[in-house]
Amino acid sequence: MMLIPCPHCGPRAHAEFTFDRPVEAITRPDDTADALVRNLFSRDNPRGHSRELWRHTYGCRAWIALTRDTATHAITDVQAWGAKA
Amino acid sequence: MKYSALSLLRAGLGGHKDWPRAWRDPEPKSHYDVILIGGGGHGLTTAFYLAAAHGVKNVAVLERSWIGGGNTGRNTTIVRSNYRLPQLHALMELSLKRWEGMSDEINYNVMFSQRGALFLGHSDSDMLQLAQKGDAMRADGIDAELMTRDQVARLIPLLDVSAGARYPVQGGLIQRRGGTARHDAVAWGYARAADRLGVDIIQNCEVTGMDITSGRITGVQTTRGAIGADRVGIAVAGNSGRVAAMADLKLPIESHLLQAFVSEPVKPMIDTVIMTQSLHCYISQSDKGEIVLGGDPDAYPTYSQRGAPHIIEKAAAEALALVPALSRLRMLRSWAGTTDMSFDGSPFIDATPVEGLYFNGGWCYGGFKATPGSGWLFAHLLARGESHPVAAPFRLDRFETGHTMDEPGVGPMPQNR
Repeated sequence: MMLIPCPHCGPRAHAEFTFDRPVEAITRPDDTADALVRNLFSRDNPRGHSRELWRHTYGCRAWIALTRDTATHAITDVQAWGAKA
Repeated sequence: MKYSALSLLRAGLGGHKDWPRAWRDPEPKSHYDVILIGGGGHGLTTAFYLAAAHGVKNVAVLERSWIGGGNTGRNTTIVRSNYRLPQLHALMELSLKRWEGMSDEINYNVMFSQRGALFLGHSDSDMLQLAQKGDAMRADGIDAELMTRDQVARLIPLLDVSAGARYPVQGGLIQRRGGTARHDAVAWGYARAADRLGVDIIQNCEVTGMDITSGRITGVQTTRGAIGADRVGIAVAGNSGRVAAMADLKLPIESHLLQAFVSEPVKPMIDTVIMTQSLHCYISQSDKGEIVLGGDPDAYPTYSQRGAPHIIEKAAAEALALVPALSRLRMLRSWAGTTDMSFDGSPFIDATPVEGLYFNGGWCYGGFKATPGSGWLFAHLLARGESHPVAAPFRLDRFETGHTMDEPGVGPMPQNR
């Protein structure tokens, strides 16, 4: 069980959060078709540091960006995410 | 030595002191026709069928720790072919047919028990979905029977089918040829059978790099030195991305984890595999008597092989609601495996852009049941350089071309599986 430091709510149980995707897989409306396919459907899938988009679904419902180690689950950075962040 | 009642009797009279080792422990040669990276079920079956069905016997299986120590030994041992899409019917039924002859084929008792695999339906829409799936299966020649609530109650007397049940049971869909097998025996049996055909099974040998010259693989670097090969197959589900990265490939795969847990052993109480897809919980009883339980994947990328307790709690709560008699059981242990989550829930058996390098992975949390079929198809690809017709749809580029196989119908995100 991870303790995830929500930038809006403070440290909260992992069960309140849902993973969405690695930041590398975020797509934009002006992406080319090639970039869209590449970003959606291929992954670095690192063992180690990964920067990821999560959502505090069962809390404040905000999107947040975590830097997390996929082998140890250590969270080294967390930031608010989105237009008003 | 061939295992038989006679060999058992003979060894028994000698106090079981003279059993020969089941497979050799060879030093790696400098070159092989085919190297398989990964000594799990899929790598070992591939090696066996390369030798047994294609006559390719100069083969090595490289395993970084011990064979069957990864996902082959971490699953809930369920075998079934009750899928919805024709491509998956072909794949999983080819596999199930090989399960049915496996113990004879490899002269090793894998304790394959066709005790029936039952999907429960909890609502009208569940029953409609199960009826559709059963029709699709029968249309493709696979056995499936839709059951009423009373039939389910007779099959599993301990199931709570009362009107006040937390998860009311309306009926189910059973595949009677489905069941369970002894997962470790599958690894050991295929290792022994492949070894007898001349395959080198090399444990404690981690691949650390790939030798690629002008777009063609010529061998691998390992912790036990460089080994040359004409062709290399990757079968390392869970770590596919890390191994593929050695050839500068990025895959449509994320590594997630799936947990399972077992109770203390008790007398026989559940003689069917009970599954429910609208809840996502599965219950069976091992031959040792342990109740084996599994649930949802943890749904985020991780290599930790260590899951979160709230996932276990959910699966346990569902199992207790379905079979209230489980409530007094103590859980003995829980564990997790690293699963190769593909974006449509279906696997890959395909060539890669590197000539001579082939890939088998992306089995999500359903690779165990496919073990012999996967090996059969991957051996075909490695021996002939072209896909078997059953494996042909499971291409690595199917997301780019729009030919996804979305069995659960939930769209292209691995955490939705």
